[in-house]
Amino acid sequence: MSANYIDTLQLRLTLELCAPSDIRFIEGIVALIQRQCKEVSFPSSKCSLNIPVALSEALANAILRANKEDPGKQVYVRSAIDNDRLVIEIRDEGPGFDLRTSMRDPTLDENITREDGRGLFLMTRLMDRIELFNNNGNVVRMTLNRHAEAE
Amino acid sequence: MSFAIKKQSEVVVVDVEGQLIVGNRQELKQKVLDELERGERKFLIDFSQTGYIDSSGLGVLVSLSKKIREQGGELRLANLNEDLKTLFELTKLDTLFQIADTRERALETF
Repeated sequence: MSANYIDTLQLRLTLELCAPSDIRFIEGIVALIQRQCKEVSFPSSKCSLNIPVALSEALANAILRANKEDPGKQVYVRSAIDNDRLVIEIRDEGPGFDLRTSMRDPTLDENITREDGRGLFLMTRLMDRIELFNNNGNVVRMTLNRHAEAE
Repeated sequence: MSFAIKKQSEVVVVDVEGQLIVGNRQELKQKVLDELERGERKFLIDFSQTGYIDSSGLGVLVSLSKKIREQGGELRLANLNEDLKTLFELTKLDTLFQIADTRERALETF
């Protein structure tokens, strides 16, 4: 299906899921959303780089840092694709971990040889917008525009 | 996703098949460290069959590079596709690693 054909549709593709706090689920969740984006002709580099990497980071943060791999806690994912953008929300059940506290520039000389500290940096570089808020748990909302000029 | 290891000349070559992410990074780390412990010093990681790499995967590469260098060895990378090149450029890790376009080129320059 060509991108032009998609542009003639009023499109809204949604997905909601709830997953255990287990990092083994990350790759499958990423593949689901990646597949939806491919099916509606999102640009290929966004499907193969921006979406999987940013989503993996957000899920890993929710599972490892917020929920601390507690099997009694869940991670909730909602994604919506329309003609202009992909919006993904990831909610955890953690105590209120603030991603912003760990934000530092991993490209600086003093950080470049660190093993950690690239997750949030990559999310902000690979998505067009990152929002953090609280709604019965910590929510990370990531927005990626289909086209560079879309707002 | 899996890691295939074989010896080519004096170099341990690791093929990363699938993703290198938080769920499997320890497996790669352990396999390379086992080879380092056995006395191997030259390592090449080939990404020609790799999908995407997350920050944990990048972190493991940084960690392995340090550990190999501490033992007097060397780690090189090869066959990054355009997405992976972008990822390494964004994080400036392209300045930290020796990256070859092909496996052959990487092996030649050890």
